Amino acid sequence: MKKLVFLATLMGFLFSSVCLKTWALVHPVTLDFSQAEATEFWPGGKATVNKKRNSNSFSHASANLEFSRQMGFSLGNALFKKVWIASPASTLASDGLGPLFNAPSCQRCHLKDGRGHPPTANFPQDNAISMIMRLSIPPQTKNQHEALASGRLGVIKEPIYGGQLQDLAVTGSLSEGKIHITYKEQLIELKGGEKVSLRHPTYTIRHTNYGSLHPQTMMSVRVAPPMIGLGLLEAISASDTLSLADPDDANNDGISGKANQVWDVIKQDTSLGRFGWKAGQPNLPQQNADAFSGDLGIANPLFKNLWGDCSQAQVTCIKAPHGGSPQHDNVEISKESMELVNFYSRNLALQKRHQVNSPNVLAGKKLFYQSGCVDCHQPSYTTSKKSAIEQSEQRIWPYTDLLLHDMGRGLADRRPEFMATGFEWRTAPLWGIGLTQTVNKHSFFLHDGRARSLLEAIIWHGGEAHKSQQKVVNMTPQERRLLIHFLKSL
Amino acid sequence: MPYSLPATVGTALLAISLAGCNNASLHSEEKTISKADVVNTYANIALATFEDSLTQAEALHKAIKVLIASPTETNLNTAKVAWLAARVPYQQSEAYRFGNPVVDAWEGKVNAWPLDEGLIDYVDVSYGTSSDENDLYLANVINSQQITVNGSMIDVTNITPQLIANTLHEADEVESNVASGYHAIEFLLWGQDLNGTNPGAGNRSASDYDTNNCTNANCDRRGDYLLAASSLLQSDLEDIIKAWQPGGEGRTDLASGTDAQGISAIIIGMGSLSYGELAGERIKLGLMLNDPEEEHDCFSDNTHNSHFYDAKSIQNVYLGQYTRIDGSLVSGASLSSLVAMTSTQLDKRMKSALDHTMGQMQAMVDRAETTESYDQMIGSGNRVGNQVVQNVVDALTAQTLVIEELMPVLALEKLAFEGSDSLDNPSLVQ
Repeated sequence: MKKLVFLATLMGFLFSSVCLKTWALVHPVTLDFSQAEATEFWPGGKATVNKKRNSNSFSHASANLEFSRQMGFSLGNALFKKVWIASPASTLASDGLGPLFNAPSCQRCHLKDGRGHPPTANFPQDNAISMIMRLSIPPQTKNQHEALASGRLGVIKEPIYGGQLQDLAVTGSLSEGKIHITYKEQLIELKGGEKVSLRHPTYTIRHTNYGSLHPQTMMSVRVAPPMIGLGLLEAISASDTLSLADPDDANNDGISGKANQVWDVIKQDTSLGRFGWKAGQPNLPQQNADAFSGDLGIANPLFKNLWGDCSQAQVTCIKAPHGGSPQHDNVEISKESMELVNFYSRNLALQKRHQVNSPNVLAGKKLFYQSGCVDCHQPSYTTSKKSAIEQSEQRIWPYTDLLLHDMGRGLADRRPEFMATGFEWRTAPLWGIGLTQTVNKHSFFLHDGRARSLLEAIIWHGGEAHKSQQKVVNMTPQERRLLIHFLKSL
Repeated sequence: MPYSLPATVGTALLAISLAGCNNASLHSEEKTISKADVVNTYANIALATFEDSLTQAEALHKAIKVLIASPTETNLNTAKVAWLAARVPYQQSEAYRFGNPVVDAWEGKVNAWPLDEGLIDYVDVSYGTSSDENDLYLANVINSQQITVNGSMIDVTNITPQLIANTLHEADEVESNVASGYHAIEFLLWGQDLNGTNPGAGNRSASDYDTNNCTNANCDRRGDYLLAASSLLQSDLEDIIKAWQPGGEGRTDLASGTDAQGISAIIIGMGSLSYGELAGERIKLGLMLNDPEEEHDCFSDNTHNSHFYDAKSIQNVYLGQYTRIDGSLVSGASLSSLVAMTSTQLDKRMKSALDHTMGQMQAMVDRAETTESYDQMIGSGNRVGNQVVQNVVDALTAQTLVIEELMPVLALEKLAFEGSDSLDNPSLVQ
């Protein structure tokens, strides 16, 4: 973290009292915990909804969506729920699934627009429906080295299985295999006698149908992230994110913060990475198009492969019927439909917070802020004016800097992606995290859902977060309860 | 479906004639109308609409009991007619869904769709097994003693309203696991519609409920499910009625803000149903994809009526009047009169836009009852049918633009959605 933030703090104090004009801004981190800050109730600015807290809490449209823009949201929602079917089918607009896929609809992984979870047991007892495994190998040739160095490619795909393990296939094709997980428990003692057990996963692939994987295959397992507030994250000005970066730790606080630079297919150039567990995608249209192609096997205007993530080595897959039709630009989902999905994913709203002003929440907030968590989980921004009207110039509270941080050996997937090393992860946004149980009926956190509670998730933090993690380890049990209480209020 | 014809046309004509005389009487009261009065009428209509929905649901439950005791084709038809009649008041409640958190949080229990019918009962082989990601896609509760939900085994020996509501509905967080409400009952009465965009609705035989001469197995359990689902529908409706009785949550929510916020809630409900939900998700999507699965009342081919009464619901709310199933009228100070106090011209345009929509809806209903069903109208290459449905979308779109004009005329902040205006009012953040 740079000292610049301190300067911003001073400037922020000046402007917050006047508050006449707004522009893109990283808001200073507060030092006053005597009462809540003025807009904390509304983490998504005017897009925040105030509805009943229930399992639909992540599925509401931005509250500031005008009637005339609501159709885009509901059509996008319908497409997000839509179950795609194998080709050929009589409904031309609905076919094209696979041949290899992870799920037949977006909603099937993004359950209730919320957070995915690891399976309760290995195949065939349970499926890893809201989880995927990414695959790649280290560069083998001069060309591959160059492609990575130029920023055109983020990874070199596994030569047979491609960039992702598809554990399902349409009739007539074989699925690639199934994720197999074993866990090993590690008991950690916290100050005050409390204990927490971390379960260390080991991932392998079973039931492979296309032969052995490359011996140097790197695997990264990830659950579906919540869909809320994505448009607002996209609306954070790139210069604000870059202002928080300190890749060489120039200020020597042990926290670097590195912006991922990823390939932007539309611009045909590199851009700031924002989305994905390693910030491997620059914007929502590309994130969504990549998911349609990789997760559903649906060819789209950005990724036109009619056979999705099949490699040339998977002959039956390449030869299987596809759903490209002239009326949909020779792909399987039209540009019009993709834009509706993009609009939908930009406008899934944050829920109004409760109790931002209760003494316990404020005490927990103080512990969170003073333990250095906010050095990466940057609390608040004002979004850029250049965004769509629902997202433009909103004061938001996502608790992320969108930057990459080394999270230590325990969490490392050892699979680089663009500028992100095998130890780095993007700071996950924390808004809405307290509604996970309400919406998704579970409390599995982190990129692969290994943490079974918020406390486990915190204790997993290593690397740049080690210092903060140690503060939590050394808290009294009561302090830890307050800290968790604050997180649950988000 | 000949039996739905008289209900539709009859109610529509009655409503139009009543609208005429009621406006005249309200005209003289114009001066005395307050926002609070309008909100009160709105709440009274909600109560009446949900009470009627319950009355019809009780009649449906009775008809289902008769069907199960004596599973004849006649009794099955009587139950189907009761279901169609039950949709009439319920669909007229839909304008309450979006402005009122209590209705929004509740409605998924009674009107969720589309549903993966394989969760509940047997399905045709063409339904496929490829949806192997949804463990419950072919769970067939009626044919099972136990099923797996979220990794644990659930005993489903006894099919009860509690089992349906608490365990099966949206099981595994999958929204298409719809186990309760009108559409689950509809499926159990009609069966799957296997006709695609060709003529015909679901074709379930009464012998599916005949324990002595049972077709498709498990007739006793199918009857248990149907009874439990219709009994659950009644208790869900009882819950929402409580919310609209004096002191109920629906009314206290509306009263918790300013009178202006109450009016905003009414307008939000009208606009959100009109455009995003009805014109968009329920109609435009099916037209865009030419997909017969995108049909709201798909088993019964009742979608045209379902859309018609949704639109009626918006008109009811604006005119501050609702014709009950017994023909009596609930009315009072209306949003229409409130608007007219500031701009008779805008009120006139609003009424005319609503009328125009009802006209286009009627044209769609007429076509459904004389020429081809709704799922055929949205079929690929059906130029005339597509246009009839597109006209409905256009009318709903046009009326929504007028609904948007109501806010500024009533001096409401344009986007005063559910209290987010207090963003600018730090005093509310204490």
